[in-house]
Amino acid sequence: MSQLIRMDSSGHTTLAEWTADDPASVEAAVAALRAELELGYFAVVSHGEGRAEQVRELPVDAPLVILRRPIAGG
Amino acid sequence: MSALTDGTLPTEGALPELGSVYWRPRVTDASLRRTGRIWTTITVAHTVPFVAVAGLLLVLNPVTAAVALMALAQAWIIPELYAARGANVLRSRAPVDEHAERVSVGLLGDLLDDRARDLHRATGMVLERGALGVWLIGEAGAVLVRPGGRRVHCYCVKVPAPELPTGDRVAHLLLALRTDETGFATVANLAFSGARWRLSRRLKAPVRDALAPAVAAARRIG
Repeated sequence: MSQLIRMDSSGHTTLAEWTADDPASVEAAVAALRAELELGYFAVVSHGEGRAEQVRELPVDAPLVILRRPIAGG
Repeated sequence: MSALTDGTLPTEGALPELGSVYWRPRVTDASLRRTGRIWTTITVAHTVPFVAVAGLLLVLNPVTAAVALMALAQAWIIPELYAARGANVLRSRAPVDEHAERVSVGLLGDLLDDRARDLHRATGMVLERGALGVWLIGEAGAVLVRPGGRRVHCYCVKVPAPELPTGDRVAHLLLALRTDETGFATVANLAFSGARWRLSRRLKAPVRDALAPAVAAARRIG
């Protein structure tokens, strides 16, 4: 089961869960991801140390997609 | 325009936040070396005149020893202040909400291997190897230990959302770093560049304990 989660004040919130062979769950996850991207979140898939990929479409095969906010120099 | 961003997306694969600092040239290995040399030159320029004045005063008239000592103190204090500013990028704040902290640290742990997870548990810092060197990531900044382990660059960078728990704040920086390391170093504000030992003296335990493995890892790639 793949997850779309958003880092927020609660630690994180799971916005969607899907499996590649369940089109309805994928569709719901796509909609949830688009809504968060519209709000300005960035979606990232981490591939271990030193590697992560920012995505704008739901990577259906990814086990975990994390939504983060923009960072800035302090 | 979205609610969270105000810049345009740069090239594919680049950190989107680069759009908000479009005037900055992208950090490279060569630019980091150049920056290091500039910081060393500035430090020497701040220090040497005071030392020279102190020496001259003592030679001209030993009665001015008190003034000479003040000049020497100045020569010592200025580099220390710079190093203290560098150490501040790894400062921590009190947890906001215990449950949220646990949840966020759990998510962060999922992004780390066992050794990095243990180091974070002990020190609150995340160690990440990159192409530019070895990074130590805190919740409001990051320290880059350059290959060889002798020089560090301290960066102020954070997610401007104070309500986020500690683990999430670190995870934001970690994911941005993994997405685009040189972009991350470009977006971040450089607070200090100098000798590792100068930074180490200004760090408090347990953060100082996290610097040692980062330096060891940087020596291996140096």
